[in-house]
Amino acid sequence: MPLKENRNVILHDHNHDGVDRRGFLKCMAWAGTGALCVLQGGVLKSYALHDPSGVHKAAKGDLSFVQISDSRMGFNKAANPDVIATLKIAVEKIRALPVPPEFILHTGDITHLSKPSEFDTVNQILQSAPTKDVFFVPGEHDVLEDNGKQYLELYGKNTKGAGWYSFDKKGVHFIGLVNVMNLKAGGMGSLGTEQLEWLEDDVRHLSKSTPVVVFAHMPLWNVYPEWGWGTEDSAQALSYLKRFGSVTVLNGHIHQTMQKVEGNVTFHTATSTAFPQPHPGAAPSPGPMKVPAEQLRGLLGVTDVNYVRKHHALALIDSTLD
Amino acid sequence: MKRRDWILCVTAVIALALPALTPFEKTVAAGPPTVDIKIDNFSFTPPMLTVKTGTQITWTNGDDIPHNVVSDDQSFKSKVLDTDEKFTFTASKPGTYSYFCSIHPKMTGKVMVE
Repeated sequence: MPLKENRNVILHDHNHDGVDRRGFLKCMAWAGTGALCVLQGGVLKSYALHDPSGVHKAAKGDLSFVQISDSRMGFNKAANPDVIATLKIAVEKIRALPVPPEFILHTGDITHLSKPSEFDTVNQILQSAPTKDVFFVPGEHDVLEDNGKQYLELYGKNTKGAGWYSFDKKGVHFIGLVNVMNLKAGGMGSLGTEQLEWLEDDVRHLSKSTPVVVFAHMPLWNVYPEWGWGTEDSAQALSYLKRFGSVTVLNGHIHQTMQKVEGNVTFHTATSTAFPQPHPGAAPSPGPMKVPAEQLRGLLGVTDVNYVRKHHALALIDSTLD
Repeated sequence: MKRRDWILCVTAVIALALPALTPFEKTVAAGPPTVDIKIDNFSFTPPMLTVKTGTQITWTNGDDIPHNVVSDDQSFKSKVLDTDEKFTFTASKPGTYSYFCSIHPKMTGKVMVE
């Protein structure tokens, strides 16, 4: 896996080298200007991406899209009193990409308190993005009080159940999952039986060479169960994806970049456009992390994803708002 | 009854009823016992509490993040509490009430009502 110093570059190339990575666990994460990686035995370490010299690597692929997450419109506390400004900067970053993205994925927590005005502000800011195609999944902050009714009215067209759906772009199968509903006391994220059955059916007829991208708000792997950073029944969902050669899982929720490669599956969490959260266990709670103002933008960002057809590989490039 | 007399009469009735409506009434010794549970750092403090029947329990969110308070059996459920917002539940029936934050379900607590 090539890593370049001073660059926020990640390249996962599942099929190119023919290495069977099943059962082999590896964590890759980036800190500052260097790359910190390697991990064994399932213990994950996470490091923030705050490289001010991080630059976009304009990968020439068949398909490129951008992931943004956790815009938390309405948040106004010390960790970031101006989440409007940082979301606008994220959109500017997307506009500045050398290759305009085909579409944008927003992996939830669009708002802080599910207020109509908060959804409206985000939608207005995204109007200036270089693509009008934005695909959403809800975060727990988008379905407060009304069990997701408002969210479905706004974004639920052509979705099933609580808002899950799939679509195809240039040979890649995308699946948006909802894991923030009906959470149980003491538990983590949850997909539920109905959604799992739908997922099993949704991928049944795909050929195993189809690249699959799954996106959901909460991590679909156990990042840190002590803080609820995971999804109770994600293993069941992933079991339906085992036969595929390339599976990429994109999540938000934890407001920091984290990577894991396990077998044929690459997991990736994106930074927030609003405020950072502490590394797992590094603070008494996962609440917003207050950092000096000059450091904030280095801890927020967007993720640019490129798909190169001939290699069946997805390249993820995280970029900070610096 | 003349209009002026009628107004006087109504005023008198309101004046008589007023003390019962004022919030100050709650501060007299006969008021129900109260306890506070703080929400800080994604946890309820104290996480376990035993109270007498009739106690008013008030949760206050001290975090920068919204939380709520939902009993497992749905016998009480707060709206979403933003920073410094409160929720009060009167424990009118004896029993054990396990509750959690349904936004951050790792946050759990328990109230025993005697």
